[in-house]
Amino acid sequence: MTAITILVDAFVTALEVPRSEVNESLEYNSHKQWDSTAHMILIAQLENDFEVMFDIDDIIDMSSFTKAKEILTKYNESISF
Amino acid sequence: MNWEQLITLPVYQLNQAEKMPLFNQQLVELAHYHYQHSENYRDIIDFLYQGKLPEDEVPALAVRLFKHHLLKSISTEDIFRITTSSGTTSQQVSQIVLDKENALRQQKVLATIMKQWLGGKRLPMLIIDHPKVIKNKFSYSARGVGIQGMSLFGYDHTYALNEDMSINIGAVSQFIDKHKDQKIFIFGFTFIVWQYFIQKLKEKNTQLGIADAVLLHSGGWKKLQDKAVSNQTFKSQLNTVLGNVKVHNFYGMVEQTGTVYVECEASYLHCPIWSDVIIRKKSNLAEEEKNGIEGIIQVNSLLPTSYPGHALLTEDLGIIIGEDNCQCGKKGKYFQVNGRLAKAEMRGCSDTQS
Repeated sequence: MTAITILVDAFVTALEVPRSEVNESLEYNSHKQWDSTAHMILIAQLENDFEVMFDIDDIIDMSSFTKAKEILTKYNESISF
Repeated sequence: MNWEQLITLPVYQLNQAEKMPLFNQQLVELAHYHYQHSENYRDIIDFLYQGKLPEDEVPALAVRLFKHHLLKSISTEDIFRITTSSGTTSQQVSQIVLDKENALRQQKVLATIMKQWLGGKRLPMLIIDHPKVIKNKFSYSARGVGIQGMSLFGYDHTYALNEDMSINIGAVSQFIDKHKDQKIFIFGFTFIVWQYFIQKLKEKNTQLGIADAVLLHSGGWKKLQDKAVSNQTFKSQLNTVLGNVKVHNFYGMVEQTGTVYVECEASYLHCPIWSDVIIRKKSNLAEEEKNGIEGIIQVNSLLPTSYPGHALLTEDLGIIIGEDNCQCGKKGKYFQVNGRLAKAEMRGCSDTQS
């Protein structure tokens, strides 16, 4: 599986949203499914799927689908989306 | 100074001469901001101060006002979340209106303060509550908000209780065993930690033997005071049952989420740089000039921008112990909370105090 597929899958699973809604315009707190409870579920999902451990500040900063890509890349340079 | 700069200030390092001029200037600016942007706040101030904000002071609103009115400084379409107090002790709950910016700021400030006590790294986290407490979505209870806010500092979040408040001993043992070589983070509300965890483990004669942990707890002592449980008793019984655990109580309220007051090793609560505590006399609500005298706690915070909650007269009694000279080394005011104001002594909801 490619990194982008894993990432989209993680969002679909954690936020319980249809695949079609996981795109560049998906933002924390704008989409009703992506609230603070779902956010921690998403964090756990991404950490599991990409084998990383985020810093506290990055969890707070991960405010969009786009931002998630950027932060993940910072943790693992071999990931490209 | 804007928030990008304010957030970079050291949490507990500035002394009175360094902090207060800066803090007071910001607080006055914030009061003017709310006076301009909040119709409710303007109405209250205009009524009490003959049509204008006093120049030499920042008036405090009685915290109970938030139980009776939806006070906001933003337009309805910018409301992102309304947080509420738990409402277990009274039927009325506080309603706090947040926009995205204010909600994010609360989280960032809380994170900055908590890192001082937990360290910068996330720790395996044991939550002394049951998982259903965070399930309700749009409107969060104070308990849910508290757990949610603290979850950020942990990973492998494990709930220690079942829905009927019994201990999920299987989950707890497994968690402790799994993380036995690491420092763990335990969080819960004071009464729940005591009643449903410590006391139950004690009854069962169970000792968990935790090697290294930090426990943060909050939510008030009232129910424990009724049972005559002191902070010292709480800590010593907790250590007997759980093991090597550093215990920090913290004081805070849903009306000023973010700026929490954490208890140091010397058992005093400390003001972070973004908030201030004032003690007022019960008799006439004048500011208590001397430290060491009990009165009503007023909390001032620079965080609230979407609602006029920057200066609040609480219903709690406390004592300022000192400023800049706590034995733990932190600068700023340090204090203790003694309990709640008796019902008969509370002022009407329209009462405010400068």
